[in-house]
Amino acid sequence: MNAPAGQNPEILSARADFPLLARPMHGRPLAFLDSAASAQKPRAVLDALRDFYESEYANVHRGVYLLSAQATDRYEAARETVRRFLNAPRAEEIVFTRGATEAINLVAESLGRSGRFEPGDEVVLTVLEHHSNIVPWQLMRDATGVRIRAAVADAAGNVDVDAVFREVSDRTRLIAFSHVSNTTGSVLPAREICHRARERRILTLVDGCQAVPHAAVDVQDLACDFYTFSGHKLYGPSGIGALYGCHDLLASLPPWQGGGSMIEEVTFERTTYAPPPARYEAGTPNIAGAVGLAAAIDYVRRFGSETIGRHEDAVLRYGVDRLDAVDDVRLIGTPAERAGSISFVFDGVHPHDVGTVLDREGVAVRVGHHCAQPAMRHFGVPATIRASLGIYTHAADFDALADGLGKVKELFRP
Amino acid sequence: MNDLRDLYQEVILDHSRNPRNAGRLAEPSGTAKGHNPLCGDLITLDVLVEDGTIRDVSFDAKGCAISVAAASIMSDMLKGKSLAETHDLFRRFQDMLTGPDAVAENLDKLEVLAGVREFPMRVKCATLPFHTLRAALDNQSGTVQTE
Repeated sequence: MNAPAGQNPEILSARADFPLLARPMHGRPLAFLDSAASAQKPRAVLDALRDFYESEYANVHRGVYLLSAQATDRYEAARETVRRFLNAPRAEEIVFTRGATEAINLVAESLGRSGRFEPGDEVVLTVLEHHSNIVPWQLMRDATGVRIRAAVADAAGNVDVDAVFREVSDRTRLIAFSHVSNTTGSVLPAREICHRARERRILTLVDGCQAVPHAAVDVQDLACDFYTFSGHKLYGPSGIGALYGCHDLLASLPPWQGGGSMIEEVTFERTTYAPPPARYEAGTPNIAGAVGLAAAIDYVRRFGSETIGRHEDAVLRYGVDRLDAVDDVRLIGTPAERAGSISFVFDGVHPHDVGTVLDREGVAVRVGHHCAQPAMRHFGVPATIRASLGIYTHAADFDALADGLGKVKELFRP
Repeated sequence: MNDLRDLYQEVILDHSRNPRNAGRLAEPSGTAKGHNPLCGDLITLDVLVEDGTIRDVSFDAKGCAISVAAASIMSDMLKGKSLAETHDLFRRFQDMLTGPDAVAENLDKLEVLAGVREFPMRVKCATLPFHTLRAALDNQSGTVQTE
């Protein structure tokens, strides 16, 4: 097939920024198509981590010495970088977490303790959610007696606004959904969902893990109450992520974990809590992780999220076309708008076997249920093969995938 | 491709496409479910034991070629074996796949699975049927998980 039109030459050369991608795999060039699970790291992030540990590291918000002051400045500067990245109004609205999973647990736990939810109140999710946007709400349900409803997807894997609001009732207090599905790559109409929810005074939480690497996000334009993403899917270190929460909510909700840094005054009788974001950051945070995440965001901003999105769209369309042209491939999810991921099955061969053969061909894909078992049931498959892309993915990686699938056919259908 | 050919030998592909002893027993003495959450392999296995000897084994497996073939080959070999022989067979099978030396000692038809050794991520697929069998022999309730 011809090289896809609409690629950006500057982004095409970004691959050289990622040292790991030069590593041969089973004697072949590595075609890394699992960025939706975790992305590789550019040298800019690796250097930022090493420089920070070598010359600026100390604990934050504690020491009176210069190093601690500088480390605190770097940590808070990272918060400002995330604020700007999401266009949040205030830096205090950005809470650093271990990742999106921890952020959703934070919100579910704090909301659950807030007394805002009564038995019979409802939380609306979608059938495409990652387990990290299902299980925390089930834990909250067990503590509060709320009911969970799930909006359905259509056969192509689209979840439209009406599907979401069919599940909404007078008792709905919160809608939590993925901006982009980690399985099908479906882009959900986040802006429409959040605006309609706000009109009805329903809170919204958007899981942006699979969105922020591929598109510009503006939480004010979305009108969401909470937005979260994981740093490691955005070329940052693992173990760091961020939660945006609108200030009124963060300032009024109770903390979810107790410890150092999150208090104003502690006595054995009573403790008063610090204002956000400190209220939600008990204990020594992942300081270097925040610095690394800021470096990753700076790296992405060099290209611009919109430019990255346009470029990746061209590569992703090429990938869809390449896969669609393989006889034995059936795409799982053909959403109207797609970002990041393509799921498929290979006729008559289990995804796990396909994954093993592809690995030996140097092609790294994810096989399994992608922590989205309800989505698997929706599509009636036990597992899929998922190819997902990042800023460094080239059309040639999808060529390697298609060639690898030829090997699958050779082995399993001699 | 060579180690892939070792892994996916014709015998293995044949067993995975046409598993022997597929189905359920009418009156098993033990039943267990096995699940490999990593790839979704799911096996329900029935066993009939009389006088300390396995008389019949049957299973229903949904999973990858390795787990289905392992279940099929294993079930073919077990009929008439004592429980002690069965446990010994499992030990030798595990040794072949994960032991310090790659020795296939009296494993008969199971030796075709020796290639799994080169694919550490797939060892659990090959051993799931035996783990499930062991649970069925103990008639444990619940599901055996590889993770």
